[in-house]
Amino acid sequence: MSFSEEPKIVAFVCNWCAYAGADLAGVSRMQYPTNVRLIRLMCSGRVNHGFLLDAFDKGADGVIVSG
Amino acid sequence: MTKVNTAKKSDQTLAGIFTGNKNKIGSITIAGGGIAGIQAALDIAQSGFKVYLVEEKPGLGGVMSQLDKTFPTNDCSSCMMGPKLVELDNHPDIEILAYTDIIGLAGEPGRFQLTLKKKARAVDPEKCIGCAVCAGKCPVKVSDPFNLGLSKRKAIYIPYPQAVPFVYTIDKEHCRYFTRKKCRICEKVCENRAIRFDQEDEVIKLETGAVILAGGFEPFDASLKGAYGHGLWPNVVTSLEYERILSAAGPFQGHIQRISDNKTPRNIAWIQCVGSRDPAFGQDYCSTVCCVSATKQAMITKEHDNSIDTDIFFIDIRAQGKGFERFYERSMSETNIRYVRSMISRVIPNPEDHTLCISYVTPEHRIQEKTFDMIVLSVGLSPNASVLRLANEIGLKVDEWGFITTDPLDTVATSRPGIYVCGAAQGPKDIPDSIQQAGSAAARATALLADARGSMIESKALPVERDVTGEEPRIGVFVCHCGINIAGVVDVEAVTDYVRSLPHVAYATHCMFTCSTDQQQEIKQAIKTHRLNRVLVAACTPRTHEPLFQNTLREAGLNPYLFEIANIREQDSWVHQLNPEAATAKAKDLVRMSIARSRLLQPLHNTTYEVIQRALVVGGGLAGLTVALGLAEQGFFVVMVERTAELGGNAQTLFYTEDGAQPAEYLKELIGKIESNPLITVFKESLVESITGSCGNFSTALSVRGKVQNISHGVVIVATGGEEYQPTEFLFGKHPKVLTQKMFEKLLAKKPDEAKQFRRVVMIQCVGSREPEHPYCSRICCTAAMKNSLRLKMLNPDTRVSVLYRDIRTFGLKELSYTKARKQGVRFFRFEIDQKPTVTSNGDALEILVFDQHLQIPVKLQADLLVLSAAIRPRPESKQLSEVARLPFEEDGFFMEAHIKLRPLDFATAGFFLCGLAHGPKFANEAIVQAHGAVSRACSILSKKEMMAEAVITHVDPHLCRGCGECENTCLFKAIQVKEVDGKKQAVVSEVLCTGCGACNVACPTGASSLAHFQDDQVRAMTKSIG
Repeated sequence: MSFSEEPKIVAFVCNWCAYAGADLAGVSRMQYPTNVRLIRLMCSGRVNHGFLLDAFDKGADGVIVSG
Repeated sequence: MTKVNTAKKSDQTLAGIFTGNKNKIGSITIAGGGIAGIQAALDIAQSGFKVYLVEEKPGLGGVMSQLDKTFPTNDCSSCMMGPKLVELDNHPDIEILAYTDIIGLAGEPGRFQLTLKKKARAVDPEKCIGCAVCAGKCPVKVSDPFNLGLSKRKAIYIPYPQAVPFVYTIDKEHCRYFTRKKCRICEKVCENRAIRFDQEDEVIKLETGAVILAGGFEPFDASLKGAYGHGLWPNVVTSLEYERILSAAGPFQGHIQRISDNKTPRNIAWIQCVGSRDPAFGQDYCSTVCCVSATKQAMITKEHDNSIDTDIFFIDIRAQGKGFERFYERSMSETNIRYVRSMISRVIPNPEDHTLCISYVTPEHRIQEKTFDMIVLSVGLSPNASVLRLANEIGLKVDEWGFITTDPLDTVATSRPGIYVCGAAQGPKDIPDSIQQAGSAAARATALLADARGSMIESKALPVERDVTGEEPRIGVFVCHCGINIAGVVDVEAVTDYVRSLPHVAYATHCMFTCSTDQQQEIKQAIKTHRLNRVLVAACTPRTHEPLFQNTLREAGLNPYLFEIANIREQDSWVHQLNPEAATAKAKDLVRMSIARSRLLQPLHNTTYEVIQRALVVGGGLAGLTVALGLAEQGFFVVMVERTAELGGNAQTLFYTEDGAQPAEYLKELIGKIESNPLITVFKESLVESITGSCGNFSTALSVRGKVQNISHGVVIVATGGEEYQPTEFLFGKHPKVLTQKMFEKLLAKKPDEAKQFRRVVMIQCVGSREPEHPYCSRICCTAAMKNSLRLKMLNPDTRVSVLYRDIRTFGLKELSYTKARKQGVRFFRFEIDQKPTVTSNGDALEILVFDQHLQIPVKLQADLLVLSAAIRPRPESKQLSEVARLPFEEDGFFMEAHIKLRPLDFATAGFFLCGLAHGPKFANEAIVQAHGAVSRACSILSKKEMMAEAVITHVDPHLCRGCGECENTCLFKAIQVKEVDGKKQAVVSEVLCTGCGACNVACPTGASSLAHFQDDQVRAMTKSIG
């Protein structure tokens, strides 16, 4: 991963809560670092270990599952 | 067929439309866009009617949108409203007319002519995309009414960040251009040219079949209670102001602080009943919600900062709603919130440190002073002045306070036929009660217009979908500037150039506003010209805009699931404003990830299946009978199953109510109507043996007097009722002069001469309620005690009536019966749960000993009759239905709804609905409201000929499935079950029940179960292409 900031974070988020929260952060213009990539799922229950390993495999320093 | 007619059309045309057709109009107008209006709108639109939702303010949401959390679950209020607002905004049959007043109404039920005034926002709603650039540059700061003046907003504003419609409005009282003809900065900075200083109010005329008033309430103006110092002392705030203080989106970002010095208060006092139970201000009713609301606020305060001391000063704690008593108990057992039973006469400020001193009476009758850093006034619910104005304008009766008067048993029917009311406009009430009443108003209005169902619903002809099977992906990418919202930070041209270099991208462009109407034409043209089979928009959040673009694809003949959004606004340009370079790099990354996913997208189709337009109603009491008749009035077949040999249930002995109704009489008429209605089949002495199938299409076996009867139906309404607890205490069943309230009511109604012989009557409240084994309030018993005391006093004014109670819970307007009972000399003695009264008998006479908490002494009462206010219990027979239909009970043994606040009438399982005492203790008119509400919910299914199953659902590969059942164990919705298919065990998904969460995919050890649109390869392709 060639993020401009460290650590590199990948987040698997639920459409209904965590993803909505990230949208609200945007609407409220809350500023945060660019080192996170969100992957939207319909439920955080969809996340399996393969998804997490993919992220680490790509060089993520941390993975968030939020829902 | 009618349409909205603007005033621009000639009057002649209008006259022609208004008189040309005598049929009923298939549209309903709702006045008020708070939670009640929103719920009514959704229910109605789902049942095949057009809705005009009129709101006087610039945005929908009402008071609920200002709340931080809601009791008894402490869910975030705006998070709960969000999905409803989005659904409303996207619904093709709901037209939102915000910032609009109703100024006239003529006509008759089924065919009203409404005149509306759409107020000029000075902003073109078609062009405003809510980007906030104007507000960013506007030089005028104004006190923000959404935060009740605790913060500032600009003179061009949206009411709050999640507002619907998401359109800016100019506050003309403060805008520099409107006040001094200077400025016009917003006009200059608006890239989309949405500012229209010359916009004028517009008069709209429309025809509508029925009108529902849902204008809500106004918080009591606390400054009227001068002794509490609101508006004078900075640290005295109202309960609504405190909601904003608690809110993370509020003026202090959720930090609890004093207004005077921004410091965290060390202690906070709540003063209850400010503008409630207060005849001095003409507000002699109880506002219903404040006790539990204060409890919630104190609990949330403790969650924020446990070191803050919280004291609640109250008269009675009224926690009469479902789950409220447990909530109140929890507030005492899990936190150290202090409840002090004392009225507070005044607040004395200390001008030096802005602390506030109050005096109160201790349980030991001593006057005590205490100083607080902050005081919250729990303000009552006052009638809304604009509702009152409208009611006067259209000739509706209102009560002495200004709430809309209704039939006591049909609390949504106003004095004018065809006009209905719901929510706090009818009287103080909480959110679940407002939602139930909204459903009830929706059902009454749609029943009136049943013949016109579907007549105003638009259905569009769509082109045949192009088959893209076997085609190489050809992705079209549209990168949005969103004015300067994205382009001001992200280099959209660089992103577009970059995208062109990626495999499978057949076309890429950037555009000013991708969501604009003209751009949809451009997208359709590009699909055609470049033979695109995937479309990617890099713009804002899919949560609001995905449906719009999916619709564009469909109109262009492309399957809507071949669409993808990369969110480079909310999750990029808006949150990385100071770092354009990194934001651009992130945008490229996000687009590349989405392209990787796009390549793997597959067309999906919503399957449809037939709806059986028949309802099964279980339970033949007041609620069930009301549902059955309500559904028949809507034109649907009903099968009613009653366990006993006779219809009627508990209401047979409800002879009179505190507000003058006669439920037992009403019930007789209702049974007559049911028995003569050709659409209703009643099976008595019958049970439900088994239910299979799913929402819209159930097959059920009934046992009718022991014989099996099979029926098919689309929905199930559970109305199995409750029953009065048969006490084992206080000599009940052992002494002939110990009765329950229900028995006493029968005596009063049927043998008044006998009843009036009793000279000394004692009543004991909370018998079997609010106890460790049954920690819920039975809601009705306090009012029952008042109504029966008053009836007895009417029969014999000399009778001495004594009521032994813990808290008097005559909520809402029922408070008046309490005041009346006190005035007529009924005596009240308060006891604590650990010092319950004792009853002894001496022959015919009874002696009751109670330790009175007011006097702090034991009192001995002689009685010729003891009446026990016995609890309401769930019916044990409901257990059988719960088992066969797999419907859950809550902790107290009543049926559990899908969501205690927002979905009180739905079960979590689609197609099952709930009403009446089976849901929890309630009054007869509340059971009727719920029953009509359940009708409305059921109509959202029965009114459709076929149901569309969600396309984003799990599919099972039969070759990989080994029938282990792990998926079944994981699914919360009972949507996947292992069944025998062709002699082999295999997981089968119910298309109707599957919510598309994908939890079963994770549980599946073989990879057989796979969620469409979020398949492993589709998700993993995104991760694998992170830069």
